[in-house]
Amino acid sequence: MNSQTNLSRRAALKAAGAGLIVAGVGAGGLVFGHNNAWAAKAENLDADTFATLVQMSRDIYSHDRLEDKYYAAAVSGLDKAAKDDAALKALLSDGVAGLNKAAGGAYSGLSDADQRMALLKAMEGDGFFQKVRGNLVTGLYNNKEVWPLFGYEGASADKGGYIDRGFNDINWL
Amino acid sequence: MATFDMNDDNVVVVVGSGAGGGTLGAELAIKGVKTVILEAGGRHETEDFQNDEWGSFGQISWLDKRTTSGSWRVAKDFAGLPAWIVKAVGGSTTHWAGASLRFQEHEWKAKTTYGDVAGASLLDWPIDMAEMDPWYAKAEDRMGVTRTNGIPGLPGNNKYKVLEAGARKLGYKEVHTGRMAINSEPRDDRAACLQIGFCFQGCKSGAKWSTLVAEIPKGETTGNLEVRPNAQVLKIEHDDSGKVTGVLYADKDGKQHLQKARVVCVAGNSIESPRLLLNSASSKYPDGLANSSGMVGKNYMRHMTGSVYAVYDKPVNMYRGTTMAGIIQDESRHDPSRGFVGGYEMETLSLGLPFMAAFLDPGGWGKDFSWWMDNYENMAGMWLVGEDMPQEKNAITLHATEKDQHGLPVPNVHFDDHDNDIKMREHAFGQGEAVYKAAGAVKTFRTPPYPSTHNLGTNRMNAEAKDGVVNKHGQTHDIGNLFVSDGSQFTTGAAENPTLTIVALALRQADFIAGEMSKGNL
Ligand SMILES: Cc1cc2nc3c(=O)[nH]c(=O)nc-3n(C[C@H](O)[C@H](O)[C@H](O)COP(=O)(O)OP(=O)(O)OC[C@H]3O[C@@H](n4cnc5c(N)ncnc54)[C@H](O)[C@@H]3O)c2cc1C
Ligand code: SF4
Repeated sequence: MNSQTNLSRRAALKAAGAGLIVAGVGAGGLVFGHNNAWAAKAENLDADTFATLVQMSRDIYSHDRLEDKYYAAAVSGLDKAAKDDAALKALLSDGVAGLNKAAGGAYSGLSDADQRMALLKAMEGDGFFQKVRGNLVTGLYNNKEVWPLFGYEGASADKGGYIDRGFNDINWL
Repeated sequence: MATFDMNDDNVVVVVGSGAGGGTLGAELAIKGVKTVILEAGGRHETEDFQNDEWGSFGQISWLDKRTTSGSWRVAKDFAGLPAWIVKAVGGSTTHWAGASLRFQEHEWKAKTTYGDVAGASLLDWPIDMAEMDPWYAKAEDRMGVTRTNGIPGLPGNNKYKVLEAGARKLGYKEVHTGRMAINSEPRDDRAACLQIGFCFQGCKSGAKWSTLVAEIPKGETTGNLEVRPNAQVLKIEHDDSGKVTGVLYADKDGKQHLQKARVVCVAGNSIESPRLLLNSASSKYPDGLANSSGMVGKNYMRHMTGSVYAVYDKPVNMYRGTTMAGIIQDESRHDPSRGFVGGYEMETLSLGLPFMAAFLDPGGWGKDFSWWMDNYENMAGMWLVGEDMPQEKNAITLHATEKDQHGLPVPNVHFDDHDNDIKMREHAFGQGEAVYKAAGAVKTFRTPPYPSTHNLGTNRMNAEAKDGVVNKHGQTHDIGNLFVSDGSQFTTGAAENPTLTIVALALRQADFIAGEMSKGNL
């Protein structure tokens, strides 16, 4: 994996077009996105494993409206859980190693999005895949910061409910 | 609020404070009967509720270990969570949506009406509509059900308007904002609905009826009711004559206590109630209490369920306002020409973004799934709920090896869909999609059943002791001072959401128990 954080702009755009989001990993467990759009720190997993999980997460539930940092935040949750859970740590490390092997190189550098999806599809029954996917159900969609991006307004009791805020404002029927 | 001594053997002990137990305990107290409700969960009042789906789930759900088996899809999608039930004072009425429908006349006579259905253990109830009408009337008044007692319906919110538009185009006639135990105007010292939209997370305005906010406080003010939270009943004790004498329970530190009792009423919902009877096996009752018929735990029903979600090209914002905001009742009739017996209801439903991710298509991922989530704002949803067939093999049993935190066998929940359930679900999915398409849906999706919210039938009521656990008063056939007071009494499930019937039966049972006590029979 490339450990330079400043890829050329052209390379970055090309990668973005293919849905690739990891630019590289640095010292001390740092993981970087293209154009420094996001950065995260792997506390317990190794940086390459972390980076691959971020790419994989984006591929599992890809949303144009979501910045990459939200996927990194979800993976940080897994990374934290791996602290006192050797079995989880092994599941993730071995899983990523297996994915890279199947990819014939670094999964997170595979620019053909269809090829990445096919690799994931082939392993969707595995415990590793299910762990990463299951983590996103809450790690991604239960992140309060993403709710407004999907038009979900969250708690409403503190605002007096929707009785005066559009509970029946539909106007296109 | 009263407190009673552990050795007071004059009290009625009710196990569980939900729809059945909370109502029964309060009504007994109102009638002057000294009553102790033992509730496994904690007491969380209205101000403690959270407008947060997972936060609330962690706060009040029953999360003790359970296992699953059978061909139902829930066993695959949610192997450790067969049912969505609350462990808190108020039971699942803190979570419930509030839809309050009476059974139809023929549904009390399922066996007679539907005839022999292969593989189904249908029976007629030992009670009928004429018997239950006054109790329904009383329950509707207590619960403040809209469209009864002159209470106006709730205003239609966005997702209701979508449902209604589609339903009218299809020619459905019985379409309205439901009979809901939610205040459309202030009543019974509780406020009107503010369309907050977190009905499943415990209503923060108090508009929604629950035993926590409506019944239990009424019972407590009489001085005859003690509600003891964090008291999980492990075993029911009996004497040599076979009469029950009290219950053994664990407090929040796991310490065990024996509460004596004159009468014991079990209302732990349809998984825990039979489990408690089975776990109370003794040398006198080796197969568990009240189980001479062998029917304790059998005939587990969960309603035929499924959901349809639809995406439109403009916003619906379905999460704004009452969760179950409207109903289509035309398909609830019994009409075998559709290819199945019994009927189903179509009710609006919304989930917040976090629950949508978990329940829309459990296990789903990739572009299609992401497309649905991307269209969350433009989505409308409905829940399909219909009568499922009782089958003896669908059962709650004690797990052979797995134990809970108190060292007791955990319950296994076995369920196979009956062929009739499958045909009804297919029909309901088709009609649900048709409704949404008629209103202009871009795309529709068939969501498989959620963990069971309507758990029924595992201590079924029958006139004859040989194939029923309780008689028409919910009194066990085998032990005169042992009662079942929740949805596990149901002989058959009917198409309607069950809680109004559970409450009506509990009010009726309170009347019976108080009467028998004053006659010296109990
Ligand atoms: C999300 C959701 C929405 C729903 N919406 C509707 C609706 O719109 N309309 C409708 O009719 N129904 C609805 N229901 C179903 C309704 O909540 C139940 O049918 C009803 O509450 C069941 O009543 P019950 O008395 O059998 O059990 P519960 O209300 O579940 O009460 C059982 C209580 O017993 C306690 N308990 C269990 N075991 C023990 C023990 N060993 N010791 C002490 N305590 C114990 C539990 O902690 C619980 O508090 C809904 C349910 C859910 C989850
Ligand atoms: S929508 Fe109404 S009933 Fe539901 S939680 Fe809000 S105020 Fe309560």
